[in-house]
Amino acid sequence: MTEESSTNDLSRFKTTYFEECAELLITAEECLLRLQEGSDDPEDCNAVFRCVHSIKGGAGAFAFTDLVRFAHVFETALDALRSGRVGLTPALAEVLVRGNDILGDFVRAAQEGVVLPPDHGDRVTQVLNALTGQGGADAKAAASATPAPAPESGEESFLVRFTPAANMLRTGNDPLMMVRELAGLGALDIRADLTRLPARLEDLAAQDAYLAWSFRITTEQGRQAVLDVFEFVAGDCAEVSVEAVGAETVLEPAAPPAAVAHAPAAPPPEAPAHDDHPVSLDHPADAAHPAEGGLRLRAEDKPGAGGVHTASIRVELDKVDRLVNMVGELVITQAMLGQQSNRFSAESHPELFMGLQELSHHTRELQESVMAIRAQPIKTLFSRAPRIVRDLSARLGKQVRLVMSGEGTEVDKTVIEQLSDPMVHLIRNSLDHGLETPEERAARGKPAEGTIHLSAEHRSGRVIIQIEDDGHGIDRRRVLEKAIEKGLVERGQTLSDEQIDQLIFAPGFSTAAAVSDVSGRGVGLDVVRKNIQDVGGRVSVQSQPGVGARFIMSLPLTLAVMDGMLVAVGGERYVLPLTNIVESIRPKPEQTHALVNVGNMLTLRGEYIRLVALHSLFNVEGAVTDPTKGLVVVVETEGGDRVGLLVDELLGQQQVVIKSLESNFRPVRGVSAATILGDGRVALILDVGALKAEGDRDGGGTAPLAAE
Amino acid sequence: MTSETAMETATTDSREQEMRQFISFTIGAEEYGVDIMEIREIKGWTPATPLPNVPRHIRGVINLRGAVVPVFDLRMRFSGTMTEPSAHHVIMVVSMKERIMGVLVDAVADILTVAVTDVQPLPEFEHRKDAQFLSGLVNMEGRMVALLDLEKLLLADTVAQDAA
Repeated sequence: MTEESSTNDLSRFKTTYFEECAELLITAEECLLRLQEGSDDPEDCNAVFRCVHSIKGGAGAFAFTDLVRFAHVFETALDALRSGRVGLTPALAEVLVRGNDILGDFVRAAQEGVVLPPDHGDRVTQVLNALTGQGGADAKAAASATPAPAPESGEESFLVRFTPAANMLRTGNDPLMMVRELAGLGALDIRADLTRLPARLEDLAAQDAYLAWSFRITTEQGRQAVLDVFEFVAGDCAEVSVEAVGAETVLEPAAPPAAVAHAPAAPPPEAPAHDDHPVSLDHPADAAHPAEGGLRLRAEDKPGAGGVHTASIRVELDKVDRLVNMVGELVITQAMLGQQSNRFSAESHPELFMGLQELSHHTRELQESVMAIRAQPIKTLFSRAPRIVRDLSARLGKQVRLVMSGEGTEVDKTVIEQLSDPMVHLIRNSLDHGLETPEERAARGKPAEGTIHLSAEHRSGRVIIQIEDDGHGIDRRRVLEKAIEKGLVERGQTLSDEQIDQLIFAPGFSTAAAVSDVSGRGVGLDVVRKNIQDVGGRVSVQSQPGVGARFIMSLPLTLAVMDGMLVAVGGERYVLPLTNIVESIRPKPEQTHALVNVGNMLTLRGEYIRLVALHSLFNVEGAVTDPTKGLVVVVETEGGDRVGLLVDELLGQQQVVIKSLESNFRPVRGVSAATILGDGRVALILDVGALKAEGDRDGGGTAPLAAE
Repeated sequence: MTSETAMETATTDSREQEMRQFISFTIGAEEYGVDIMEIREIKGWTPATPLPNVPRHIRGVINLRGAVVPVFDLRMRFSGTMTEPSAHHVIMVVSMKERIMGVLVDAVADILTVAVTDVQPLPEFEHRKDAQFLSGLVNMEGRMVALLDLEKLLLADTVAQDAA
């Protein structure tokens, strides 16, 4: 192997490692939050321990010493917790959550190659060390610079016998790592057992493990700590035994003096079940519940518990995107074939029609399966919510209960990414502006604890995410005052309650009496609306004064496909995003006005709307120029402005696969992307915001209205 | 024919690495050549969807097996008159800098194998409208073939520009 390729390999492993870290940190956080909520499921604690342990293991391999040091301290504390040596208090849970954050900091620092200040996370480290009372051993283990603490009593000696299964090395486990870890626990004396080595060199398979070891270790961390060293290789060990020698056993007096062996009758034939399911060693604690034994991990399948392990592979998103694209093409080709088949009669070509029908079914199924690859449960997004609610409610002095439902709802990965900021913003908004303080709530006869309900569901091809609170709702009088003050609404204009509620999304609108550092940091709900519209979604609010408010986000399931309205202008066809369309009308002559220097306007229920003639803007010949003979599609831009687009006719609604113009060309003003229609021709997807700007500039198309 | 004689020279010439191959095509009476390595495929004309707010020599975009590909009208670019495309017209699909683009021409003429030393630099007094996009001239048995610098020609248009 050349030097270069080995470097490449290493960086590839690193990438994988950091991807795994990200997942492990999330899993750990989920479990920690459950612990914080009072979960007494030992599996939660074990899961966190496993996560931290895995992060530490990889970090050791890549020599991220800072990360290893902190992970070790964290892991030791978790171990004390799961072995029951330390009880879980709310304060401790809080520290553990912080610990996970700091672990994340170290992971990111390692990933970005930066060095955190040496005192980063010191406070948590101290608490954790104090907890286990064993800062010294930890420090020694991780070669840290922490001063050696006072020696502790309670040292025990164990005789450890460790015989790897022959195929252990092939599963990626290295006995040396375990030896090092043992050495970190205390004084270690090692004897290698060479008896399994074949007598003749030609009998030696280079990839098999032949050696076995006996260790005599003196440690103050107890038997469990020693057993844990082997926890991750249990399936790969022919034998692991830990026997207390010398001093009496302090922790587990009931433990049988004989070895607690995890010894399969024979070494597993091939690489054992993939280590998505790390098998925990049987230890005395389990003896009381023999039925649980090695099945403990499966308990995660039960409802309410997260972190379900399923067999999975890692695939680059690019590859999936290519697949999604090709399937999109296949769907179009299939539609085209279907259209062409109309020229034949079903009687004369029965096989052709049967084949086409099958093709149609298969492509549709294929499309759904491919889209499902990119789909992720929205849980990855929702998992951020408990943390935000908890941190914020503490800061605001409010009591809040977060209820979540529909976490399993699957949405395209890119949509989830785009949704993160808006969701966080809306939750903050509900907490800050929606919910009252316990005193206020008591005065209104509500329970002191407010509720925020976060839910997700699929509804007619879209995903609906709702954030509902039982606070005081929107104060319409104040919103209206503010809107008038900001010039968003004319004084004397009458608005319905719903219209007033939606005003909170208007740009520059913020009613927080005092700008708090929570949700009033200069960006308002208009930004939320813009972010959501950017991904083809809509957001609205329903409010009942005194009872609560509900924000409703509606998003497409995927960004690769969009619901569009196909419109005809002259010989050309364009796609208008359905989310922008408000309505379409055929105006009466008295509704259209040509205003000098302003352009053509349309009156619609007392409102003036600029009329933009697409044919004139795009220089399309042969189009309908008289608005009263064509159709006006009223569209709403991201900014909430309305504009009427004059087109010849609507050709119908359809789902289109979005194709970027930039990938082979460059952005084009007025066009957001392109798509390929059933007949194989390219149609442009219009950028409504840009069209409005364009229309403003040249007065909605220079040509005066043909009518009049 | 031309290519065969050129190939003979290539084999008898010891400096084989100095040979380059071009595909030549015509626009009216003019013959142009582009490096064969830049050509991805050659396909018949299919109507393009016009783009708004772009220079007129960009005919629009076509669907090339699912990719949305812009098509440039070289006649419009060079002489200011639009090509009236028929089924006999040809789109040369070129790929460069990870982009795929189409060039509308009248017809593909030949494959030329030319010794690098036979490429003549553009005379300084050359005042053709397309001069800035040419990389050299080749004389093939009395026909003059202008070698195009496609990268310069096409990538200039892919930079976002405000037409107004």
